[in-house]
Amino acid sequence: MHELAEKYLRKEALPLLFCPGCGNGQVLNATVRAIDELKVRDDLAAVSGIGCSSWIPVYLDIDVLHTLHGRALAYAQGLKLSRPDKKVIVFTGDGDCGGIGGNHLIHAARRNIDITVVMINNYIYGMTGGQKAPTTPYRSKTKTSPYGNDENPFDVSKVVMAAGGTYVARWTTNQPVQIQKSIQKAITHKGFSFLEIMTQCPVQTGKYIFKNQDPWETMQWYKDRSATKAEDIEKGSDQFLLGEFVEDVEEEFCERIARERDGLC
Amino acid sequence: MRKMVKVKEHGLKILQGNEACVEGAVAAGCQFFAGYPITPASEIAEYMAHKLPTCHQGTFVQMEDELASISAITAARWGGNKSMTATSGPGFSLMQEGLGYALVTETPTVIVNVQRGGPATGQPTVSSNQDIYQARYGSHGDYELIVLAPASVQEMFDFTVKAFNLSEEFRVPVIVLADEIIGHMREKILIPEEVELLEVESPKHCKEPYRADDRLIPPSVEFFQGHNLIIDGQLHDEKGNRAGHDLEISEKLVERLNHKITQNIDAITDIETYETEEASIILVSYSSVSRSALSAVKKARAKGVAAGWIKVNSVWPFPEKALKELTASAKTVMVPEMNIGKYYREVRGILPDQKVVSVPLVGGKLHKPDDLLALILKEAKACTN
Ligand SMILES: Cc1ncc(C[n+]2csc(CCOP(=O)(O)OP(=O)(O)O)c2C)c(N)n1
Ligand code: SF4
Ligand SMILES: [Mg+2]
Repeated sequence: MHELAEKYLRKEALPLLFCPGCGNGQVLNATVRAIDELKVRDDLAAVSGIGCSSWIPVYLDIDVLHTLHGRALAYAQGLKLSRPDKKVIVFTGDGDCGGIGGNHLIHAARRNIDITVVMINNYIYGMTGGQKAPTTPYRSKTKTSPYGNDENPFDVSKVVMAAGGTYVARWTTNQPVQIQKSIQKAITHKGFSFLEIMTQCPVQTGKYIFKNQDPWETMQWYKDRSATKAEDIEKGSDQFLLGEFVEDVEEEFCERIARERDGLC
Repeated sequence: MRKMVKVKEHGLKILQGNEACVEGAVAAGCQFFAGYPITPASEIAEYMAHKLPTCHQGTFVQMEDELASISAITAARWGGNKSMTATSGPGFSLMQEGLGYALVTETPTVIVNVQRGGPATGQPTVSSNQDIYQARYGSHGDYELIVLAPASVQEMFDFTVKAFNLSEEFRVPVIVLADEIIGHMREKILIPEEVELLEVESPKHCKEPYRADDRLIPPSVEFFQGHNLIIDGQLHDEKGNRAGHDLEISEKLVERLNHKITQNIDAITDIETYETEEASIILVSYSSVSRSALSAVKKARAKGVAAGWIKVNSVWPFPEKALKELTASAKTVMVPEMNIGKYYREVRGILPDQKVVSVPLVGGKLHKPDDLLALILKEAKACTN
């Protein structure tokens, strides 16, 4: 076992429940490296909802609250508000965060509460067997869109920017170093940080949307369609932008509460 | 360890029930309130917003809905803050999934439901006891929890303090099942100089947060104590690791979650009585209705009828043994309640050899003492004939 795995993984919870080739393992890897680099282990707790991606923190040997489908951010806010001196990181899926939990997402962003959110976007409901998600592209076939998706997908990062998130970034699993650096930045950033990571789900997305269950095919698809400069994106195409979109300094929610409370005494 | 703790704003006051609830929570050391406005419970959030921030008592936050509120208070308790929320009908329905999470993770927290009439939006400004079963069975799965039903402004204070203590003692969410009448009524209340609070000590090192003691209660642990806890809504083993697929471990946990409450029922049961010894007609009551019931029983006594009164404060877990003993002399037991006749079913179920009469009232009507008296007198007459 790698020394970082030895140091940071909850060994009795192993093996990982992720399918071979799943991107969730890469995110766990980057997270462990980020925690080690920042030396924040004792001051960090993780919260997640329900879905494959919400299992990422279960393997971290830190305090972990594995909660309900959609509610990760509501729990995370309660935890953060009860211990503003500590750091809270959330792992959530595109369904968990952008679908059933979408309301908590926009309000947490609006409050600019100091929480780091890592949203795993695999275009699908992985855990329940490949149904469409709010991120599923128009026309894509899934188990609940057998004739093609009639809905437009959500750009969840854009939603967070509009709602007031103060650190927003997006990467794919092709950029493990950038993912790690962004997690470090997000944890250090005082305010609501949102990191969207586009991952391969070879078992569901591969099967239904890409019609190819080789994880590399999805990663290649991401590589071909992503750009880090807005001018490289063709309007109306299926290309998407990667990078750090927002890095703002604004008063954080817990600090604001503390400041105003001090004024009452 | 039980400790007497000073209450800042003590003394004789005239307060609204919802305000008294907040005073009780603050006296009990509540440090975190998350809520969403809803009639007839809004005053609890409003008064909390006013009180909690002052003098660094704690944090108030208005969440985006009740799903978020119950989630936030549960997580705040894992962060080490005693926590509470308050709601009514529709909001209580929204909280049910989160309530189940608090139950299975054994999180001590307090949920106040100031009942209105239902179903759905129902009767926002009108009282009822319609959620008596929802308070017990509202979330899915097998579980037991503790529900206290106050019947006065004083009890809004006392039972809220008690709810915090019971939740800490048994590591369970406790519901204060109030109603619109009690929540909005103003009456005299004596806030004591000190209240007795339970402080459960945390173990130094804990690798098994769900290993229970001989009372079936797990240790009092929280985050950031170096335990590296895994807290999961899925059924789990004693370390907290998921075990929903393991039928033996799952059976053990579900049984313990239930028995933790039912085996300790004597320590939880809280019942008041008036003249029940040798009474031939006994009214079993709870909530606001118990006041009408007591008044009717006293009037019946004045007319020479051997009537008795029982007020159940700890409505769940159902105090079967205590009620059986207390009603032993009664030929007739009446159960007045502001619903279609729900608690009646429980009482009838444990008293197969006695006449048990349901006295339901719906639509928001409260039983009038004289109406209950007339029923008692009629029953007494029928018995002597
Ligand atoms: C209230 C509720 N509704 C539905 C479910 C079933 N469910 C479990 S995971 C999931 C979808 C998860 O999708 P996503 O968040 O994208 O995570 P992924 O598995 O793709 O990582 C659903 C619908 C549930 N657990 N709870
Ligand atoms: S179903 Fe998809 S997202 Fe879930 S573990 Fe398997 S590959 Fe990963
Ligand atoms: Mg998904």
